[in-house]
Amino acid sequence: MSSIDQSKIRNFCIVAHIDHGKSTLADRIIESTGLLTSREMQAQVLDNMDLERERGITIKAQAVRTIYKARDGEEYIFNLIDTPGHVDFNYEVSRSLAACDGAILVVDAAQGIEAQTLANVYLALDHNLDVFPVINKIDLPSAEPQRVIEEIEDVIGLEAQDAPLISAKNGIGIEEVLEQIVHKIPAPGGSPENPLQALIFDSVYDPYKGVIIFCRIMEGTVKKGTLIRMMATGAKEEVVEVGYFGAGQFIPCEELCAGMVGYITASIKNLKDTAVGDTVTDDRNPCKEPLPGYKKVQSMVYCGMYPADGAKYPDLRDALEKLQLNDASLNYEPETSVALGFGFRCGFLGLLHMEIIQERLEREYNLDLVTTAPGVIYKVHKTNGEVISLTNPSNLPDPSEIEYMEEPIVSAEIMVTSEFIGAIMELCQERRGRYLGMEYIEGTRALLKYDLPLNEIIYDFFDALKSRSRGYASFDYDLKGYEQSSLVKLDILINREEVDALSFIVHADSAYERGRRMCEKLKEEIPRHLFEIPIQAAVGGKIIARETVKAMRKDVLAKCYGGDITRKKKLLEKQKEGKKRMRQIGNVEIPQKAFMSVLKLDDRK
Amino acid sequence: MKTLEIYLHIPFCIRKCAYCDFLSAPAGLHTQESYVRALEQEMLGRAEEYQEYQVSTVFIGGGTPSVLKPEWIRQLLDTLRRHYRIAEDAEITMEVNPGTVDSAALTLLHDAGINRLSLGLQSAWDEELKALGRIHTFQQFLEAYKAAVSAGFTHINVDLMSGLPGQTPESYEATLRRVAELAPPPEHISAYSLILEEGTPLAERYAAGTLKLPPEDTERLLYEQTEKILREYGYERYEISNYAQNGCVCRHNVGYWTRENYLGFGIGAASLVENVRFQNGKELQQYLKDPMGQREQMQRLSLAEQMEEYLFLGLRLTEGIGLKDFYETFHYELEQIYGRVIEKHAGEGLLAYTDRERGRFLHLTEKGLDLANYVMADFLEPELP
Repeated sequence: MSSIDQSKIRNFCIVAHIDHGKSTLADRIIESTGLLTSREMQAQVLDNMDLERERGITIKAQAVRTIYKARDGEEYIFNLIDTPGHVDFNYEVSRSLAACDGAILVVDAAQGIEAQTLANVYLALDHNLDVFPVINKIDLPSAEPQRVIEEIEDVIGLEAQDAPLISAKNGIGIEEVLEQIVHKIPAPGGSPENPLQALIFDSVYDPYKGVIIFCRIMEGTVKKGTLIRMMATGAKEEVVEVGYFGAGQFIPCEELCAGMVGYITASIKNLKDTAVGDTVTDDRNPCKEPLPGYKKVQSMVYCGMYPADGAKYPDLRDALEKLQLNDASLNYEPETSVALGFGFRCGFLGLLHMEIIQERLEREYNLDLVTTAPGVIYKVHKTNGEVISLTNPSNLPDPSEIEYMEEPIVSAEIMVTSEFIGAIMELCQERRGRYLGMEYIEGTRALLKYDLPLNEIIYDFFDALKSRSRGYASFDYDLKGYEQSSLVKLDILINREEVDALSFIVHADSAYERGRRMCEKLKEEIPRHLFEIPIQAAVGGKIIARETVKAMRKDVLAKCYGGDITRKKKLLEKQKEGKKRMRQIGNVEIPQKAFMSVLKLDDRK
Repeated sequence: MKTLEIYLHIPFCIRKCAYCDFLSAPAGLHTQESYVRALEQEMLGRAEEYQEYQVSTVFIGGGTPSVLKPEWIRQLLDTLRRHYRIAEDAEITMEVNPGTVDSAALTLLHDAGINRLSLGLQSAWDEELKALGRIHTFQQFLEAYKAAVSAGFTHINVDLMSGLPGQTPESYEATLRRVAELAPPPEHISAYSLILEEGTPLAERYAAGTLKLPPEDTERLLYEQTEKILREYGYERYEISNYAQNGCVCRHNVGYWTRENYLGFGIGAASLVENVRFQNGKELQQYLKDPMGQREQMQRLSLAEQMEEYLFLGLRLTEGIGLKDFYETFHYELEQIYGRVIEKHAGEGLLAYTDRERGRFLHLTEKGLDLANYVMADFLEPELP
């Protein structure tokens, strides 16, 4: 193992717009090289979570090592590093890229370049990766490889004439991709003799081994017994094991040296000690400085999570604790709500991340959750000079104590075909977007640039974008910074009682509209009671919108004879079950999903 | 002697109505006859099991039982009489579609032993009947009714519906009055609010927006009219959707709500015998092949399940539930099991107690009858001490 020839290693990743075939190509590469036979091959090895569970260890299958025997007769080691595809995880993408020397850009032969194609390829080029394009899905009837090749050359400026034309799905052209990996992606640099400098691009928690660090060795060598130190967090431990990645399993080896990709275990108990992007060095012989680019991951979106059954609060706490072991970007702290009782305010990288966590809590931990509307972090500048980061609308200080407030802004790029430019610009306008410019990409498509407030895009922007462009628009964004804004807290009163869990911060200009839609939506969600229930939206104590849930006057089964009884009983059971899933606010019972449905105030159906 | 009610299911009709979700479809004569033979086989095969029971009522329902030849009905009843102990005063009802009978047929049915008819009218307006997909007109109903009376039927029920497409308070009032003013008047009227059952053409048209139903307030008004107008004619509401003159209730149906033993024959027919519920399978061809082998979903009811059924069925009756009867049935006081639920809904004005000759009864109030589901749901899953 120690005599691995650095010039025969290729560390690379695949970048693509969603659904352009990244995972399928990864599967084909693994299949056509020396790791698995096609019989062992399961679809999408890199994405397969079940496989991880079967092995009893948690791996996000972020990297895999395969052996390729090239046409020149030499054997090459391929380290394929998978990158998360969603904008929520941009920082992780950036760290994965930093662990590579090159990237394959997959572009759909029918769809051409999309917003994430651009965002990801620029990210790769920013990391000085050598990128070569691959045109996928050439077997589609609508494929236009020549047009896409020209588009890649014109828009990205990447040489594409000899891009492999492939169908990852049908295994066409894969050999050419493998050859180009050998020839177009450079061998790693660095020297095994230098002080250790390794980049953490992921880490997972394993109950037996502790934290497993996924890293790329830039300089030096690491082996069992090395006393390693994480340069940003300062954590120190002795290495227990090093190795590389099979498919879904860890294969121990003697040592990892410059240019290699592998894992390190060192009895580290806390995932927070091994932050993605941090540099691992040898404490006894440290490198001079850490690798560039480390950032502490910041939560962008917050929401309250409450157990549907108040007695499950300790279970929720335990579940969050366990999830955090494997997801350092999740953070949470206890909070209480008058409406929902004891729960947690949780921070996420974005809405998708939030949905994933929610789903895992419900599925893996069997918890029934009530989630409040997600919000962003506002900066509240108080008259006394204090600045607070507001994650829970209920904690907004009295308006008299507020000097001004700031909200996070993102720079967004939206790619859209010309016929929908008007509709998308209108959408961005409605969402308080600031138009920065537009570039035409070939004749029919344009890249729109906007600054948008984050709180306008976390709810349903993506859905609205898709529905107004018939699915053709694509979208990417980056946090830009904070800007002063005229923000107010919108309160909801149900049967004249304020429901804290439904309050949220909104721009003053959209307060009326949002309040009105919120009331309409709640009217649909709250079942009729024996009495009439007013639903009101208020800003600063002033009512700005109202709806009424009429009193229930009829709820009866007209027929119930011999053959109906079992079926009718099921209906009543459902009704009773529904009542159990209600939250009592005053004397009004509110279904739990009402707290979440207000997230989807889709403007145009 | 223990009593038993018998239900015969006839899964045939001339044409399926737009609102119907019952197990029924048009079929050829040959299939119909095979089915009658299968029914006889099933009745015969089960006879020994039920020798210790006296049959208090028989109900032939559907579908449209009156699509069968009257002689087949006679054969079915004869088979029953030969092999079961039918009480002398047994109520023997058959459902009849006014579009399927003439006076000869009705005379034959009467002679065969049917002593109560249930006529499906639904509305006195032909446009409303058409919207429902009914095969008959009001005129045909009048003729059938007259023929039934001439044939000797004295116990007649008429089925009506409210909340129909195109129905107005005026048209519904006229329907109610025309029926109540028949000479002689029917002793019994069932008046149902239209339910859009999943999968029916009516429900699909409603979901697609091509069917308009009366707005909520009108529908509500129609529903309220029923009780008020029928009372003028001496009909007393004894169940959520059932009205009778002079206490001439449908004994068979009352048996369902008071949890009498009942035994169903035919496809999809449900039974409750000694607190065990079961049902025949719904496949016609399977049944024809093996009428005895169709029992499924055998479910022995736990004490708690018996109680919840007792409550949600018994409360359908305006009389309600006798506290004494509850105690004799379960050996628990009603209050002991349901005290809190009763208190809650009594507080809302939906439940009340009334003292009668036979002791104290718990019943839904007038408002409670309209909100029966809301109340009944709370009686499920009782906690036993």
